[in-house]
Amino acid sequence: MRHLNPVSAVFLLLSLVGLLLSGMRPTFVVNEVLIRFIRDGVMVLALIIPINAGMGLNFAIVVGAMCAQVGLVLAVDLQLTGFTGLLFISVIGIGLSLLLGALIGLCLNRVKGKEMISTIIIGFLATSIYQLIFMVGYGTIIHPHNPEMMLSRGIGIRNMIDLQGFRNILDKLWLFRLGEIEIPLFMILLVLIFAGIVHSIMNTRLGRQLVAVGLDGRKAAMVGIDTEGVRVKAIILSTVLACCGHIIYIENIGMLNVYTAHLNSDIFSCAAILAGGATIFRAGIANALLGVLLFHSLFIVSPQAGQNVFGNPALGEYFRSFVAYGTIAFALMMQRQAADRN
Amino acid sequence: MKRRLGIQLPQLVILVFLVSMLGLAFRLDISLTSLLGDALVRLVMNGVLVLSLVPMLNAGIGINYGLPVAITAGLLGLCLAVNFKITGLPGFAAAVLFAVPLATILGYGYARILNCVQGREEITATFIGFSFVPLMNYFWAVAPFSNPAMLWPIGGKGMRPTIGLRDYFSKELNTLWSFHLFGITVPAGLLLFFALCCLAVGIFFKTRTGVAMIALGENEAFAKLSGMNISRLRILAVILSTILGAVGICVYAQSYGFIELYDAPQMMAFPAASAILVGGSAGKKTTLLHVILGTFLFQTTYVISGPIANALMVPEVAEIFRMMITNGIILYALVHEGKRTREKYAAS
Repeated sequence: MRHLNPVSAVFLLLSLVGLLLSGMRPTFVVNEVLIRFIRDGVMVLALIIPINAGMGLNFAIVVGAMCAQVGLVLAVDLQLTGFTGLLFISVIGIGLSLLLGALIGLCLNRVKGKEMISTIIIGFLATSIYQLIFMVGYGTIIHPHNPEMMLSRGIGIRNMIDLQGFRNILDKLWLFRLGEIEIPLFMILLVLIFAGIVHSIMNTRLGRQLVAVGLDGRKAAMVGIDTEGVRVKAIILSTVLACCGHIIYIENIGMLNVYTAHLNSDIFSCAAILAGGATIFRAGIANALLGVLLFHSLFIVSPQAGQNVFGNPALGEYFRSFVAYGTIAFALMMQRQAADRN
Repeated sequence: MKRRLGIQLPQLVILVFLVSMLGLAFRLDISLTSLLGDALVRLVMNGVLVLSLVPMLNAGIGINYGLPVAITAGLLGLCLAVNFKITGLPGFAAAVLFAVPLATILGYGYARILNCVQGREEITATFIGFSFVPLMNYFWAVAPFSNPAMLWPIGGKGMRPTIGLRDYFSKELNTLWSFHLFGITVPAGLLLFFALCCLAVGIFFKTRTGVAMIALGENEAFAKLSGMNISRLRILAVILSTILGAVGICVYAQSYGFIELYDAPQMMAFPAASAILVGGSAGKKTTLLHVILGTFLFQTTYVISGPIANALMVPEVAEIFRMMITNGIILYALVHEGKRTREKYAAS
C-alpha cells in the first residue's frame, strides 16, 4: 500500500480525534483493538472472495455466522466442552455452511446484478427461519438433552447461553505481555493463517478464475470458465470462512446471545473492509486487516468521546451506527463514479 | 406469457396462509367480523406507504428501500403539528402540510444521489435509508421542540421514543364517518382518504409527465432517443415517492395512535415492498390494483396471525412468520425477475 486510501485516512483521523476527546489511555485502546482484531478479523476476510468475483459485498455472511451458532447450541445441548466440543462445532458449522453456501450461490446466480440486495434479504430470511427453529422448534419437534438451556415454558431456548466450557480456551494460548499490552499471539497467528489461506486461494487456479469472472463475466465465459460454478464456489468459501470467524468471535466472548449474536456481523464487517480501502470490486488481505483495526479503533473511542463532548453517551452510539451504515452507503455512491471514469 | 392471468406463487402462498389462518381463527372462536374491520383499517394504515412505492417503480428506479427518508419527513411534520398543539382533524392536516415541503426537499437530495448510482439504486437506497436513521437519531436527541408531552419527563431534553397522540389527533381519520354494517365497522373516512390518494396517483399517471415516466420505466434507451429529460423525470418520481411516503407515515401514526421515532423507521421499507410484490407488481408496470390487493392480502395476514398466536401461547411465532413471509416474498420476486431478464437475454 503505497499511499493511504482517503476513506482509511478519514477513519484514522476520526479515531485519533476520538481518542483525544475520549481521554482513554492509549494502552487500553490498543488492548481493546487487539481483542476486536482477533474477534472480527476472519469474518472480514470472508468478504474478500465474493468481492473479487464481482458479486459485491456478501451480506449473507450472517448465514455462516448462524451455522456456527447452530453448532454451538448443539454442542451445549450434548454437553460437549473443551477441544472436543470445539471440533464438534467446527464440523457441524462448516458442514452446514457448505450446504447453505451452495444454496445461496445457486440463488445468487439467478439474480445477477442484484446480488447485494439479495444477500441482505437472504440474511433476513435465514434469521427468521433460524429463530423459528430455536424459539419454537426446540421443545416441540426437537427434544433437548440439556434442560438448563431451555426457557421455563419448555418451548424455545433461552436468549443467553453461558459457554463456560469454551470461554477463552484459545485466547489464553501463548499470551504475551508487553508492558500493559496483552498480546494473544496464538489468536493473532490464527487470523494471519486465515489471511494466508485466503491469499493462497486467490493465487490458485480458482482464484484467477474468480478475478476473471469478476472483471468481465461474458469474456470469462468465452474462454471456457464455468462462471456460474465459480460464483457458487466463491459464496461457499465465503460462508465457510464466516462460520469459522463466528466460532472464534463467540469463543472469545464466552456467551452466546442465541437470537441476536449474528445480527450486525454483516454490516460491521462490510464497513470494516471498506474502511480499509476496499471497493465493491476490489479487495485484498491488507484492506481487510487494516480495516478491522481502523474501524474498531473508532468504535471503541466514540461512545466515550460522545459522553465527554455532548454529555450523552447515546450520541456516540448513534455516531457509531451512522459510521457503519454510512461507510457502506458512501462506498456504493462512489462506485458508480469510479466505474464511469474507466 | 401464458401465466399472465394466473395466480403466481407469492399470492398462492399468502392465500394458503390466509385460509389456514382463517380456519384456525374460526376454530379458536375469534370474531371474524372484528378481524375484517381491523383488516380494513390496516389496509389504509399501510396502504399509503405501499402506494408511495409506485412512482419510483414505474419510473424504472426500482423498489424504494430508502423509505426511511420519506418517513423521517413525515415524522418531522407530525412532531411539528404536536409541538404547536394542533388537535383533531386540523392537527392531522397540519402534519401533512408540514411534511410535504420537507419531503420535497429531502426527496430532491435523495433523488440527486440516486441519479448518480443508476443500475444500483435499490442497494444504495437501502443503505441511504439505514444510515439516515442514526443521523436523525442525533437530531431527535437534541431537537429544539418545546411541547413537554414529546420530551423526556426527566431533564426535559430530547424526544421520547414513542409519543402518544391521544390528546392530539389519534384515530381522527379512523373514526371519521365510520359506520357499522353487519357488525363490521367500516371506516368510511379513512377509506375515502385512501381512495383520494390512489385517485391522485392514478390521475398523475394519465398526464403527459406520468405517461413519460412510465415510458422511461419500460425502456430507458427509447426514452432517451425520444428526447425526454430523463434525469428530471427520475428526480420527479423520487420526490413524488417521498411525499407520498411522508403522507403515508402520517396516516400510519394517526391510526396507530403513536409517533415512533429513533430506530422505528429502519425496517419499515420491507413490509411495504413485500406488500406491493404480493400484489403482483414484480417486473412489470405497477397498477393501483396491485397496491390495493397486495396491501390487503399482506396486512390481513398480520391482523389474523396476532390473535391466533396469542391464543396458541407462543406469541413470538406471529412476528417470526411475518418476517419470514415478508423476506421470502421479496427474495422470490428478485429471483423471479432475474429469471425473466435471463430469458430476455437468451431470446435476443
